Amino acid sequence: MSFSAIVIQFLNGLAGTSSLFLVAAGLSLIFGVSRIVNFAHGSFYMVGIYLAYSLIEYFGRGSALGFWGAILLAGLGVGLIGIVVELVLLRRIYQAPELFQLLATFGLVLVIKDVALWIWGAEELFGPRAPGLRGGIEIMGRTLPEYDAILIVIGPVILGLLWLLLTRTRWGTLVRAATQDREMVGALGVNQAWLFTSVFALGAFLAGLGGALQIPREPANLLLDVTVIGDAFVVVVVGGMGSIPGAFLAAFIISQIKAFCIGIGTVEVFGASFAMSKFTLVAEFVVMAIVLVVRPWGLLGRPQAMPRHAGAAEERISLASRPLSMAAFAVLAILIVLPATADTYTLVLLVDIFVFALFAASLHLMMGPGGMVSFGHAAYFGLGAYGAGLLLLKAGLPMELALALSPLVGALGALIFGWFVVRLSGVYLAMLTLAFAQITWASVYQWDEFTGGSNGIVGVWPAEWLTSKTVFYFMTLLLCGASLWLIRRIIHAPFGYTLRAGRDSPLRADSIGIDLRRHQWIAFTIVGAFAGLAGGIFAFSKGSISPEGLAIPRSVDGLVMVLLGGVQTLTGPVVGAAVFTWLQDEVARQTEYWRALLGLTIIGLVLAFPQGIVGFVKARLPARLGGGL
Amino acid sequence: MLRVAGLHAYYGQAHILSDVSLEGNAGEVVVLLGRNGAGKSTTLKSIIGLVRPAQGEITFEGRRIDGLSAHRIARLGLGYVPEERRIFTDLTVMENLEVGRQPSRAGAPAWSPDRLFRLFPNLGEMRNRPGGRMSGGEQQMLTIARTLMGNPRCILLDEPSEGLAPVIVEQMAATIRELKQEGLSVVLSEQNLHFAASVADRATIIEKGRIRYTGSMAELQANDAIRAQYLTV
Amino acid sequence: MSVLKVQDLAKSFGGVRAVQGVSFTVEAGELLALIGPNGAGKTTCFNMLNGQLRPDQGEVELGGESIRGLAPREIWRKGVGRTFQITATFASMTVIENVQMALVSHDRRTLGLFARTAGLYRKEALSLLDLVGMADQSERPCGVLAYGDLKRVELAVALANGPRLLLMDEPTAGMAPQERIALMALTAEIVRARNIAVLFTEHDMDVVFAHADRIIVLNRGELIAEGAPEAVRANARVQQVYLGSGGHH
Repeated sequence: MSFSAIVIQFLNGLAGTSSLFLVAAGLSLIFGVSRIVNFAHGSFYMVGIYLAYSLIEYFGRGSALGFWGAILLAGLGVGLIGIVVELVLLRRIYQAPELFQLLATFGLVLVIKDVALWIWGAEELFGPRAPGLRGGIEIMGRTLPEYDAILIVIGPVILGLLWLLLTRTRWGTLVRAATQDREMVGALGVNQAWLFTSVFALGAFLAGLGGALQIPREPANLLLDVTVIGDAFVVVVVGGMGSIPGAFLAAFIISQIKAFCIGIGTVEVFGASFAMSKFTLVAEFVVMAIVLVVRPWGLLGRPQAMPRHAGAAEERISLASRPLSMAAFAVLAILIVLPATADTYTLVLLVDIFVFALFAASLHLMMGPGGMVSFGHAAYFGLGAYGAGLLLLKAGLPMELALALSPLVGALGALIFGWFVVRLSGVYLAMLTLAFAQITWASVYQWDEFTGGSNGIVGVWPAEWLTSKTVFYFMTLLLCGASLWLIRRIIHAPFGYTLRAGRDSPLRADSIGIDLRRHQWIAFTIVGAFAGLAGGIFAFSKGSISPEGLAIPRSVDGLVMVLLGGVQTLTGPVVGAAVFTWLQDEVARQTEYWRALLGLTIIGLVLAFPQGIVGFVKARLPARLGGGL
Repeated sequence: MLRVAGLHAYYGQAHILSDVSLEGNAGEVVVLLGRNGAGKSTTLKSIIGLVRPAQGEITFEGRRIDGLSAHRIARLGLGYVPEERRIFTDLTVMENLEVGRQPSRAGAPAWSPDRLFRLFPNLGEMRNRPGGRMSGGEQQMLTIARTLMGNPRCILLDEPSEGLAPVIVEQMAATIRELKQEGLSVVLSEQNLHFAASVADRATIIEKGRIRYTGSMAELQANDAIRAQYLTV
Repeated sequence: MSVLKVQDLAKSFGGVRAVQGVSFTVEAGELLALIGPNGAGKTTCFNMLNGQLRPDQGEVELGGESIRGLAPREIWRKGVGRTFQITATFASMTVIENVQMALVSHDRRTLGLFARTAGLYRKEALSLLDLVGMADQSERPCGVLAYGDLKRVELAVALANGPRLLLMDEPTAGMAPQERIALMALTAEIVRARNIAVLFTEHDMDVVFAHADRIIVLNRGELIAEGAPEAVRANARVQQVYLGSGGHH
C-alpha cells in the first residue's frame, strides 16, 4: 500500500468510527444504569436507517434541509420508540433476573425485525447521497467523499457533548451515581423511573442516529440488527463497559481494522492468495480476544460485577425424588413405545427435541453449576455439525465414525476458545463467547471452498441402516438419553460440586485450594463435546448443514430453552427445549411472520414466568415432590 | 413526627418484622437497639420505602407514607443514611453531595456544601476527591452530609458506628448531638449501647423482629435486668 | 521457629504507600491481633499474607519457607486456613457439603466425574462440625443460616486442611456482643489444643483485649506499636490515633 492509500484508508476508518461509536455509547449508557444488556440495540440502529430512508423520500431527495432533518427526526423517532419500549416492557421486568431481561430484549429483536419486514419489505433500500455533499475532497491525489469528512467530525463532537452532559449537568451526575447504586439514588429523593426512561431514550436516540447517518453509505436491510449488535458488543467490551471514551477508542480501532482489511484487498502469502476483505470479522474478533486477555475489563473500563446466577438464587441441588424418578421412567417408556403408533412427522420433531434437549442441557451445565453464561453456544453445536459433515464428505470417513468424532470437534473448539473465555467472568465472559461464535460463523460463511460458504453442505446422510426414521429416532434417543444421564452424574460428582463452589464464592473456592480457572476450562471443553454431539446428530437428521446452524439466533435459542425451563435444574432445559422446539415448529407453520410471534411469545413468557417454567411449577408443588426437579 | 404502627415484613418466607411500632418526636434522638439480624435495618428500610412491609402503618408528619416509593418518601423530608456507607465511589465529594441535593423546605435546617464543610471540616479539604479514595470514617461522614443535602426534617441512621475506629465513633456522636441542636429529629439503629447512650433521648429494643422495650434512655441505663436480657454488653 | 515470619513488607497503590516496612512474627498456639484505624493498611497487609496481593517488597515465610507471591490456593496447600470479614461460603450447598468440599479439594479429587459427592468424607466433615458446634445443623443449606452460625461453618472449613496458621479477617464483624465472645473463646480453645498460630484483625476492642496474646498496631501503613494487650492499651500514640479516650470500655 502506498502512503496516500494508507492515509485514505485511515480517514475511511475514521468515518466509520462515528456510527459504531454512537451505537456502542448508547448500549453502554443503558447497561450502566439499568444493568440490561440490550440485545435490541442493533434493531434500533436498523430502524434508524429505515426511518431515515422513508423520511428522506417523504421530504424529497434534493433538499439539504430535508436530508438532515430526516436524519435528526429518524434519531428522535427511535428515541421515542425507546421510551415506549422502556415504559411498556422493561419497566415491568427490572426486578426479574438479568438474563430474563436479556431474553425479553431478544424477543424485541424478533418483533422489530418482522415489523420492519412488514413495513419496508425484504429488499435492500438504497438511500440518496447527502445533498450538497456529493463531491469529494482531494487528498494526496485520492478522493475522500465529502460526506465522510462530515462523519469524521460528527463522532468527536458527539463524544464531547456526551462528556459534557455526563460531567457538567445534574442529570449526568445522577446517571453516573445510578450506574453505581440505583437504589441509593432513589433513597436520596431521585425519581429513578424517570432517570431510567431518559437514559433509555438517549441510548435509543444515539443508536437511531448512528443508523440514520449511514443511509448514504450503506443500504437499509434486515440483517443489520444482528450484525450491528455483534459489532457494538465488540466495541463496548474492547473499550470497557460503561466508558464512553472507551467506546470511542474501541470504535476507532475496530473501524480502522475494517478499513485496512478492505483496503489491502488480496494479499499473496507463499503463493496462496488471501482476500483480506473477507477476514474483517475475524480480524475484529481477534483484536477483541487479545484486548480481553491483556486487559480483561476493556481498554478504559473497570472491573464490573455481573450477576452470576440467572435464577432467583443459587439453589440446592438434590437427588431426584421418587415421584420425579418415576415420572422420568414413565416418559422414557412412552418414548420407547411411541414409534409403533406415531407418524414420521412426529418422529422427526421428536428427534429435533432430543437434539435440542442435549444442546440445552450442555448449556445448562455451563450456566447453572458452572455459573458461566454463554451467548455463543451455537459455535460448538455448529462445529460438531460441520465436523461430522466434512469428515463424511471431505475425509471420506464412514458415517458412524464421523458422528462419533463430532463431540471431539466441538470439544477441540471449546478447548481453544475456552482458554480465553475462562480468563473473564460475568458479562465480559458472555460477550467473549458471542465473539468466538461470530468468528466461527464468519469463517464458515466466508470459506466457500471448504465449508460451502452461505450455501452450506448438502448430502450429509446417515448410513444405510439408519435411513429408517424409526431407527434414527432410537439412535438419537439412546445417545441423547445417555448424555443427559452423564451430565446429571457430572453435576452430582465432585467436579460438578467444584464448579458450583467456584460459582457461589470464587473467594472461598480459591482459599480451599481450588484452581477455578482450570476446572472451568475443563467444564467448557466437556460442554463443547456434548454440544458437538448434538450438532453431529442434527446434521445427519437433516442431511444438510447451513451457517445459520451456528449463528447468533441459534445461540439465543439455547438461552431461551435454558432460561424458560429454569437454569438451576437439569429438568428445566429439557422441558424448555421440548416446549420451545415444538412451539417454533407450530408457529413457523402458521405464518410468514413467525419471528414476531415467537418474539411476542418469549416476551409474554418472561412477563408471566420470571423464574422459568420449571421454577413456576416447583413453587406450586410440595417440596417432597419437587426434589431434584 | 414519625410513627410506625403494627409493622410486619417478610423476606421470602422469613418473617423478619412482626408488629413493630416505633415513635420519633420532633427534635428528639431515638435509638433502635438490637443484635445483628434483629430487624433494625429492615425497620429503617421499611420506613424509607426500600422494603415493602406486608402490613402496618407508617406516618410521617401525619401523612401515610407506607406504600410510597423511596424517592417520594425522601422528598417529604425524611433522610436515610444506609448501613455500609454506600457512597458513590466514582463521584467526587462535591458530586456525591449534588446527588443528595433537594430544594430547601420550611421547618428544616437548610444545608449547602459550605455549611456542611463547617460541620465536617475533613470533607472540605477533599472536595474533588473520588469517594473511593477516602477512608472509612470520611466515607461515613460523607454519607451523612449527602443525606443532609436533601434538607430533611428527620433522618434515619443505620448503624453509624459500625466498623469505625473508636476515635471516629466519638466524633460521630458529637456530630449527631450537633444535628439535634440544629432541630433535626434522628432515628438511629445501633448495637453499641455506649454510643447510643451518648446521643439518644429514648430507646426501643428490638429482638427477633419484635419490640421488647420502649422507654427513655435514662430508664434503660438504670434497668440492669432489661439490658442483661436483650443487650448483654 | 516462628510459624509466620513477616519481614519489611511493603506495598504501594498508584504511588500511595499502603503498607511499608512491616515486620512481625506469629508463634504456634498464639493469637496475634492486628488493629488500627480504617485505611491503616490492615487489609492490604492481610492480603499480602494470603496471596491476594503480591508484595512490592519484603519477605513472608511460613515455617521457614517463603510463600511470597504464591497464589491463595497454593498458600492454602501449605497449611494456611482463612476466614473472611464477610463470610464466604457456598450458599447452594448444605453445611456439611461445604466442609466436604474442602476435604475433597485437600485430597485433590475435584476432577472426579462419577462419584457422588454427598457420600465422600462424611465422617471427617461431621467431626469438624462437631468441633465447632454445628453438627446438629449439618444438613441445613448454608444460605439460610444465622450469621453467627455461618462464621462457625467458616471456621470448620478453615480447619479442614489441618492448618498451621489461621488468618481471620475481622472474625466477629457483624455479630452480637455475646456471640463475639463465644466465637473467639471457641477459636482460642481449638487453636491452643491444636497448636495453631492465629493472626486476626478486629474492630471490637473487647474481643481483642479478651483473647489476643499479643497485639500489633498499624497506622498509615506503618507498625506503631507491638506488645502485650496491657502495654498496647497504655500506649499514648495508640490512644491518640486509634483507641481515643474510650479505649477502656
